[in-house]
Amino acid sequence: MAKTTTQTAKPETLLDIRNLRIEATVYPPGEAPKAVTLVHDVSLTLKRGKVLGLIGESGAGKSTIGLSSMAYGRGGVRITGGEIVLNGRDILKVGAGGIRKLRGREVCYVAQSAAAAFNPAHKLMDQVVEASLLHGVATRAEAEKRAKALFKKLSLPNPDTIGERYPHQVSGGQLQRVMTAMALCSEPDLIVFDEPTTALDVTTQIDVLAAIKDAIRDTHVAALYITHDLAVVAQVSDEIMVLRHGRLVEWGGTRQIIKEPRQEYTNALVSVHEIEHHEQKAEGAPFLSVKNVTAAYGGGAVKVLKNVSVDILPGQTLAVVGESGSGKSTLARAITGLLPPEQGTVTFDGRPLANRLADRPKEDLRQLQMIYQMADVAMNPRQTVGTIIGRPLEFYFGMRGAERDRRVTQLLDEIEMGKGFADRYPAELSGGQKQRVCIARALAAKPKLIICDEVTSALDPLVANGILKLLLNLQQQENVAYLFITHDLATVKSIADSIAVMYRGEVVRYGSKSKVLTPPFDAYTDLLLSSVPEMEIGWLEKAIAGRRMESAGN
Amino acid sequence: MSFPILKLIAQRIALGIVLLFAVSILIFVGTQILPGDVAQSILGQAATPQALANLREQLGLNDPAYIRYFRWLGGVLTGDLGTALTSGQDIASSIWPRLENTLFLAGCAAVVAVPLAIILGLLAVRYRNGPIDKIISAFALASTSFPEFFIGYLLVYFFAVKWQVFPAISTVFDGMPFLQRLQAVVLPATALTLVVLAHMMRMTRAAILNVMQSAYIETAELKGLRPFDIIRKHAFPNAVAPVVNVVMLNLAYLVVGVVVIEVIFVYPGMGQYLVDHVAKRDVPVVQAVGLIFAAVYIVLNIIADIAAILANPRLRHPK
Repeated sequence: MAKTTTQTAKPETLLDIRNLRIEATVYPPGEAPKAVTLVHDVSLTLKRGKVLGLIGESGAGKSTIGLSSMAYGRGGVRITGGEIVLNGRDILKVGAGGIRKLRGREVCYVAQSAAAAFNPAHKLMDQVVEASLLHGVATRAEAEKRAKALFKKLSLPNPDTIGERYPHQVSGGQLQRVMTAMALCSEPDLIVFDEPTTALDVTTQIDVLAAIKDAIRDTHVAALYITHDLAVVAQVSDEIMVLRHGRLVEWGGTRQIIKEPRQEYTNALVSVHEIEHHEQKAEGAPFLSVKNVTAAYGGGAVKVLKNVSVDILPGQTLAVVGESGSGKSTLARAITGLLPPEQGTVTFDGRPLANRLADRPKEDLRQLQMIYQMADVAMNPRQTVGTIIGRPLEFYFGMRGAERDRRVTQLLDEIEMGKGFADRYPAELSGGQKQRVCIARALAAKPKLIICDEVTSALDPLVANGILKLLLNLQQQENVAYLFITHDLATVKSIADSIAVMYRGEVVRYGSKSKVLTPPFDAYTDLLLSSVPEMEIGWLEKAIAGRRMESAGN
Repeated sequence: MSFPILKLIAQRIALGIVLLFAVSILIFVGTQILPGDVAQSILGQAATPQALANLREQLGLNDPAYIRYFRWLGGVLTGDLGTALTSGQDIASSIWPRLENTLFLAGCAAVVAVPLAIILGLLAVRYRNGPIDKIISAFALASTSFPEFFIGYLLVYFFAVKWQVFPAISTVFDGMPFLQRLQAVVLPATALTLVVLAHMMRMTRAAILNVMQSAYIETAELKGLRPFDIIRKHAFPNAVAPVVNVVMLNLAYLVVGVVVIEVIFVYPGMGQYLVDHVAKRDVPVVQAVGLIFAAVYIVLNIIADIAAILANPRLRHPK
């Protein structure tokens, strides 16, 4: 897979972006359209065969800058200033035909969600070799041969036949690797990786990350690696560029950025996960017990919970961790009655809860509230924040008029948002604010238990941190218990009092936080813990070498 | 082909058959509650009460409705559609050549209209919101907005009367050479094409535009594909299901909705036949034609359903 000798003739600097300015037109509700600048005069250079990590929160302009190297503006975004010199020429001046010639040939793209980025109507192989055939890089037979070699290199199962499958027949982690193979197939000079592992489970992420890293090393392709996770980018990059609000914050070698950040913002990113949370002692009787619950979808056809038992103590947090498909969310559905268990019971305050949601009295409904991962879709976009938070007040307590408004204002204060937000619509809020409104809505019912289903997964680390702190404060004030579902172990450490580790529908490890996180570990907990990226150069190789079992997603 | 997909298809077909029976009941009931008496309309105003009673007895009109329904249904299932009251002829043998004619006309219109609509739809997406898109939309909408008889007469005025390139009356007969037959139906087929074009074109455009938002379209763009190739290769295959549905609805309209066009061009098809016999209150003929039209609708919709199932790779290639 080594590059041919023609490359030595090409300039040493592959990509040179100078004073890049990118704008977009936004259409705020009720106002005239206006132009906003997404990227302010950012410059970067990338040498042949090197990897530059672009990191920052959402809205930092990382993807926008990454895609500009292909002269592409997503969703009406316009490149309005600067130069993008690729292989010695400014690609903003080569015209539409010239741009088409470099896309898929000189620069390829790996998207965040390969599941969405593959066309469901075509076989994987047809899509993988498409760019090579289009640009005349290889004949079909050559391209397929190369694709199969790449599948093998990326340690995909059945490399010779996986190309005959359709995207929906392949798991998310595998698709992400197929997409990497697709990008490598036409032997480009540069690959833009846009959060390629963010949508994956931690145990799958580590495999994909290792595969990508090996592929980059062996093919000498240069890469822009975009992510919001510093620990991930530290594993693959030579250099890291920190971006915020479309401006450059800091640019330096990987070691310097993670060990000796010069800017305060970089420092905040580096130390973001650390919340000191002292575990509460497991004292007193649990108010909610899940006993030997078995649940299944499709009338018993697919068992997703097998004999699960957990207890929740008043005012404490039980964290449920596991990969996707391990049954975490199904446990929440069984507790709330959305999916009536086939066997086992859920007891609340010493009496069994009705299995089915429809059979539960209003009072039981009030005591169990939920917060979801996608705050956007959990709120009615046509209702104001005041209406959304006020609804449980009306429904459970019959509050009306001024009394209700007073309580809404109180709740808005508790989530640190203030009265002014009562008349806003969800669309006017940021991701973190939306999640806060959902928290207030759950709190409004004065429940004993709030089930938090991946509530911070869709948020930027700093914002997620704020939400976690808020949840911890509210727990102290209101003495509410949490069932905290997550796949992120860093979050678990910050918030849990006790932990249940789930694997394929079973609880494989359960106890107080200190007990669960202290060795000796069972094989799965070990895998899970060792897969969480650490901000340490060389962590990836160590973690791969030390693993005792394969991840389920492989 | 695998088991679940066969089951789905079998379900659709079974459902279609059930629907056809339901429609046959509706048609029967509908014609029964129409005012008037078959015996009276056969014998005319001057008939004696005795003659009427005899004829009713002879036609079985005194039997309960459900017995008459099953007698009719039994006939239909064995290919016997009954005899026309007005002419005394066997309905089945007079319907077949007319059905053939109607299908020929509808087929000619479809062969032009369907590919044209889809290509125009693709072009409209390629040049969306630009002048080409607007012109295509305006033309298609205008042609749909005119009533079909108006389009028919416009065509007759220009092509038959003024320029005299095509006949105004579409006479076809048995043993007519294919090319002549084709020439005879040019004007009615054009009128039909113009009527159904816009609906299919707009739907194709909307279905593809919907797909154009997908992430895999971006993937294709970033591979350097040409815009039209992206639409053709990556967007269209994922928009097939809604497009097939609207195409089938319009094909059904071509067969069933030709009534007006056939009358304008005096074309000897099912529509003409239906209109003639409605005017003469010939209930068995109306029932037979109604049932055939319903069958055409149902069959085409089943085909659309099956095509949509087959177009879905998740159903074609299960995990």
